Amino acid sequence: MKFGVIVFPGSNCDHDAFYAVSSNLGQKAEFIWHDSATLGDVDAVILPGGFSYGDYLRCGAIAKFSPVMRAVKEFAADGGLVLGVCNGFQVLVEAGLLPGALLRNRSLKFVCRDVHLRVQTTNSPFTASAERGEILRVPIAHGEGCYYADDRTLDELEAEDRIVFRYLDNPNGSLRDIAGICNRERNVMGMMPHPERAADPLMGSTDGLAVLHSMIRSATAVRA
Amino acid sequence: MTATITPDLIAQHQLTPDEYQKIVDILGREPSFTELGIFSVMWSEHCSYKSSRIHLKKLPTRGKLVVQGPGENAGIIDIGNGYVIAFKIESHNHPSFIEPFQGAATGVGGILRDIFTMGARPIAVLDSLRFGRLDDPETGTRNRRIVNGVVSGIAHYGNCFGVPTVGGECIFEPCYDGNPLVNVFALGVAKKEDIFYAKAAGVGNPVIYVGSRTGRDGIHGASMASAEFTEESKQKRPNVQVGDPFMEKLLLEACLEAMKTGAIVGIQDMGAAGLTCSTCEMGSRGEVGIEIELDKVPQRATGMTPYEIMLSESQERMLLVADKGREQEVLDVFKKWGLDAVEIGVVTNDGKLRVRHHGAIVAEIPNRELADEAPLYDRPHTKPLRHAPMEAPKHTPADVQAALPLLLAAPDICSKRWIWQQYDFQVRTNTIAGPGYDAAIVRIKETGTSVAMSLDGNGRYCYLSPREGARLAVAESCRNLSVVGAKPLAATNCLNFGNPERPEIMAQLVEAIEGMSEACKFFDTPITGGNVSLYNETLGEGIYPTPVIGMVGTLPTSPAVPSTFQNLGRTVMLVGGIGTCDDTRFGGTQYAKEIIRQLWGLPPLLDLEYEQRVQYAILRMIDENLLESAHDLSDGGFGVGLAECSFGPAEIGAQIDLGSHLRPEVLMFHEAPSRILVSTSNPKRIAEIAKKHEVEAPVIGTTIEKGIEIRQRSITLGSWEIAALRAAYESSLEHQLGQ
Repeated sequence: MKFGVIVFPGSNCDHDAFYAVSSNLGQKAEFIWHDSATLGDVDAVILPGGFSYGDYLRCGAIAKFSPVMRAVKEFAADGGLVLGVCNGFQVLVEAGLLPGALLRNRSLKFVCRDVHLRVQTTNSPFTASAERGEILRVPIAHGEGCYYADDRTLDELEAEDRIVFRYLDNPNGSLRDIAGICNRERNVMGMMPHPERAADPLMGSTDGLAVLHSMIRSATAVRA
Repeated sequence: MTATITPDLIAQHQLTPDEYQKIVDILGREPSFTELGIFSVMWSEHCSYKSSRIHLKKLPTRGKLVVQGPGENAGIIDIGNGYVIAFKIESHNHPSFIEPFQGAATGVGGILRDIFTMGARPIAVLDSLRFGRLDDPETGTRNRRIVNGVVSGIAHYGNCFGVPTVGGECIFEPCYDGNPLVNVFALGVAKKEDIFYAKAAGVGNPVIYVGSRTGRDGIHGASMASAEFTEESKQKRPNVQVGDPFMEKLLLEACLEAMKTGAIVGIQDMGAAGLTCSTCEMGSRGEVGIEIELDKVPQRATGMTPYEIMLSESQERMLLVADKGREQEVLDVFKKWGLDAVEIGVVTNDGKLRVRHHGAIVAEIPNRELADEAPLYDRPHTKPLRHAPMEAPKHTPADVQAALPLLLAAPDICSKRWIWQQYDFQVRTNTIAGPGYDAAIVRIKETGTSVAMSLDGNGRYCYLSPREGARLAVAESCRNLSVVGAKPLAATNCLNFGNPERPEIMAQLVEAIEGMSEACKFFDTPITGGNVSLYNETLGEGIYPTPVIGMVGTLPTSPAVPSTFQNLGRTVMLVGGIGTCDDTRFGGTQYAKEIIRQLWGLPPLLDLEYEQRVQYAILRMIDENLLESAHDLSDGGFGVGLAECSFGPAEIGAQIDLGSHLRPEVLMFHEAPSRILVSTSNPKRIAEIAKKHEVEAPVIGTTIEKGIEIRQRSITLGSWEIAALRAAYESSLEHQLGQ
């Protein structure tokens, strides 16, 4: 399959995502520049981590206006797989593809470390290859990763089984320990932890592969 | 400019009457006000190294792997397979005291530009930090604010730019109260044929300005960094620049892409002394002239004078020379990245820096004289300043049991997790060994090779003996690399000292350089560049002489040897032996600092030959895959080193029996070099390798569950729960910072 990795000015995990899907997993991948109006023939899209447009305003608040986001929205509306990691999650929330908001960490400090995630649902193309309740060790690196939404939205996310990952050791104050959520159609997921950083034994963990493998399996199944 | 040059004006520019006379001789006339400003920054200590240059020549700078030594934006060495690494360390001490957040942030920005201006993509940053004591009743509050500001500044810039901050060191001493040290090291990688130099060439070629607009920020930053601090220094806050890491990230990507067009002849970042430095240095290196029109320089403020434009230190700006006729290709790349790129001048054949404003010439100075012929001083040097006694003070014999947790919580030793957790140390997915290892390891995806890096300095040792202290710093940095399996190849240095006009301070500088030179020659690790930061004094109080060495080496890409014990029932050995130490050599240790609260004597004794044999032995052991863990003993000696080995995920400790006649506290906490604590399932082979290299490697114990027990000749010195030691170690810094 072919992954498209969106590059905003200021994206800095774009190469990491590209490397994980291409070198670690042997899939095709291409970079898609932020002013591109189309996504080409990709089967899935990754919005990588970083500081899109510097993020001097709210994280992701400028990126949502970029031309490529219109294409991403159309792609998502057609059922395409969209994974937003870290800044990518922030962009998806700002763009209205996912509910809620990401606020400053409760510590008010940037934090980079491994966290433990519980897979809350396998009913998603991003976790289909994982086990429900499985614990994954995946790094985080963010200053604004505290997931926030009103109670009604949170209840809805729970009722609809849309909380994909929860932290075991909540590092940022996220409500209900939320680390990753998906949309109602389940083809768009945002998560603060970085699966692409846990895709190579040399980096200390390969638990992030669960997400990428699931995407490959789901995309391939759809095509077949 | 019609401003009259008065003796007062000259003095304000920190030029001596003799220096002024030299300017008049060079020009054959009185300088204009703008010219005076230009000379004052280029001939500042910070830019010209006028006090240190004659001594820096003593350092080894050549080697068969050295592609570029000192004199460029960064040093470069060949790492094989057609790739090179570019690296350098720089200080941003003065700005970080005046405005900690922006001072530190722009320190990171400056060194990153030094790397990518050479065509190398930055892949790692390390920081060496020194602050005043956090618990000082008078200065503690300010010091805590400075720590917070500096750490967030580094995090802000590095994280946003997208370079991992993978290691460093952080030390606290009262002498850094009014003068923190912020030394930032960066390393980048490039293909050998893609290296760029900061050299102008080709008469008629366009000179192009790229990046942020020029504002009034940072004017005279270089001169500020060349003077002692006084009460008035606080008014210099406007001299500190403001960083924009996003702009820098765009500059990086755009510059690397523009370089690929093949239409760039030379390129240099605008760092200290901004447009002045980049124009005259590029001209001087290429032995050509450069003429620029300031009206064309993108400006942030209106009504800026030529003086202000030439001396501004606004960040995130580059100057480049393109091939005439192909400039559009370059401009197109910058346009794609949304950056200002403007032709502001042309390369000429007369060797002069000619600056026009509204068409009129406002400065005309020969490049070579300006950039390379600053006055050189052989400043008088006597005996290095030291007020510490040689004799050990009387002190009560120690309670080793109580001392270990105290030392583990000591500011210099305790976990710096609070700091490095704020840095993204993983971005670019190359970090094989990050913070917490003896040396950082970053892989280079393209080659199957990894690069190991370590920053080391020890102001206490250097205060007791600048020469021995500098030698020890080099030895430790080499050892740190060897412990992770890397061969040390080359180094960069940052020399932080006080006022060189004081002969006893100048003596510290001279002896430290000579000690460093001796050790670098011995280990065959040439110094490919670096930075000298002088005048680190506030209100007449100098810092400890603090040379910091940044060592780099390579190793085949593979998982890192852990520094912590991995399995129960393994043999614990001390490669290099227990070592020895008398009372005099005990005076610079962390035990002396934290428990006895004194500083005396001399630094630990270093035998370079023995040190090297230990390093060769450990490299061999790693090569044969014999080590389950390896950790260098340094601050806090054996006791602290052993505890650190027990702080792995499994909390495996050890039962130790040391066959030594040293006094217990000396045995536990002396800091003799050349010692590496290892665990193994193959002690026999370790012993063979050690013997072959003629180094000691006694078996001293076995790994056990949950605790540490230490005996000396069968008499118990102490026993500790790992969890308790770890709590002291992990929580101390946050506690001191009141977080």
